Amino acid sequence: MLHINIQKTLHGNLGNMELDVAFHIKEHQFVAISGPSGSGKTTLLRILAGLEEANGEIEVGGETWLCNKTFLPPQKRGLGFVFQDYALFANMSVAENLLFAANDKKLASHLLELTQLKELAHRLPNSLSGGQKQRVSLCRAFMRRPKLLLMDEPLSALDPLMRTKLQHDILTLHKEFGTTTIMVSHDPSEIYRLANRVIELSHGKIIHDASPKELLLKTQGSQKFSLTGELLEILKSDVIYIAIVAIGQQIVEVVIDEEEALRFRVGERVQVSTKAFSPSLSKI
Amino acid sequence: MSELDFGPFLLSFKLAAITTFILFLIALPVSWWLSQTKCRCKPFVEAVVSLPIVLPPSVLGFYILYALSYNSPIGAFFDETFGVKLVFNFTGLVIASCFYSFPFMVQPLQSGFESLNKNMLEASYIAGKSKLQTLAFVALPNIKPALITALIITFAHTVGEFGVVLMVGGSIEGETKVASVAIYEFVEIMDYTHAHIYSAIMLTLSFLVLLGVYIFNLRYNKRIGVA
Repeated sequence: MLHINIQKTLHGNLGNMELDVAFHIKEHQFVAISGPSGSGKTTLLRILAGLEEANGEIEVGGETWLCNKTFLPPQKRGLGFVFQDYALFANMSVAENLLFAANDKKLASHLLELTQLKELAHRLPNSLSGGQKQRVSLCRAFMRRPKLLLMDEPLSALDPLMRTKLQHDILTLHKEFGTTTIMVSHDPSEIYRLANRVIELSHGKIIHDASPKELLLKTQGSQKFSLTGELLEILKSDVIYIAIVAIGQQIVEVVIDEEEALRFRVGERVQVSTKAFSPSLSKI
Repeated sequence: MSELDFGPFLLSFKLAAITTFILFLIALPVSWWLSQTKCRCKPFVEAVVSLPIVLPPSVLGFYILYALSYNSPIGAFFDETFGVKLVFNFTGLVIASCFYSFPFMVQPLQSGFESLNKNMLEASYIAGKSKLQTLAFVALPNIKPALITALIITFAHTVGEFGVVLMVGGSIEGETKVASVAIYEFVEIMDYTHAHIYSAIMLTLSFLVLLGVYIFNLRYNKRIGVA
């Protein structure tokens, strides 16, 4: 459905970098693009949207968007784009934001219903919370019934609870409209829940292209579970050493021996894994 | 004390209204282009646009006079083709005012456009809207304070001009004798009473206009939650 092969020289604060990316996406796929900041994820999305120019080809659903001589402007690509900062039209109400994209009142009210925004239809964007704004932005992106939906870290500014709610909305809309979706995201749980393919970029090149399970589940061999974190401190306690590790928002203690205590350095990225015991889950 | 003649004031306001209208039409595309362009010639264009701010009005007036007088190619062309004279009449004043007040219209609009969230404009392009539609329905409505400032400051600045008007228009009763020129003449003939009255009116009007702008901007910013 989508075929892309583009090159572009980026002038970042780490010097010049060559963005050189090629991949195919099948119809209705949900692809997550991840990678460290400055790896070219957002630029790739902007090139797809026609907001930036590049060398190479882009073909979507049999239509050429970018080729040597062709450059289809963003107005004609008929895609949906969800910005990280919502980018709502501040002078228009929620309903007007949707109708500006396409004058289809039925679809607008359906989308607002689906995302539980009906009551807010006549409010101006700046009176809404971040989560509400992003839902409006999501609805607006679907107003033109896009074949291709692009999202640039859509949930990164929201709290975890709101994220979960919006992930649900995104999935619902993606399925209902049969869209092909590409989303830039840093959040492994988000990628795991939404995407069926992850493309990881580093310095403008694709370094991994796999299913979320293959890429994100970090256990190897007989490991039962495995988490990555940052080593914060190593404490000596009698004859043993205790390593304090930050994993996500959690701080955990791991007992290590002297030889390990000498080998590790505070600030290093480490992997905490276990083989012998099976970890248990309980509700909190 | 003779009867107060409001002619010069009316002339000043007529001149300012026409100038503001013309400049809005000219400055809108210029300021939009300046705010969006990545062209290397941008500083050059900006410098030209801002020239009237730093140039002594006499210099500007002299060049306009030189370029548009009946002896110049431009002046001769207009005189012969359309029968329109471009200096020492109201038309000349409008042309001179447009040059003189141009930066006061362009600069607030440009900084207004530049302060807009770029993603908002891009969202409009992605929604299928052309640059012109985006300008009219997204950009302009979202820079209301800048727009009001540009219109009113241009108007007020044109009312307040003196040097250029005097050089290009002279002081023809009912044609080019605007309020500021009238005050100058009252002072010259030592008619301080009229000079006082005219000056006080100018002072009051100018103050009220500026007060109005600032109150509007304060209210607007409060309403959209900036301040």
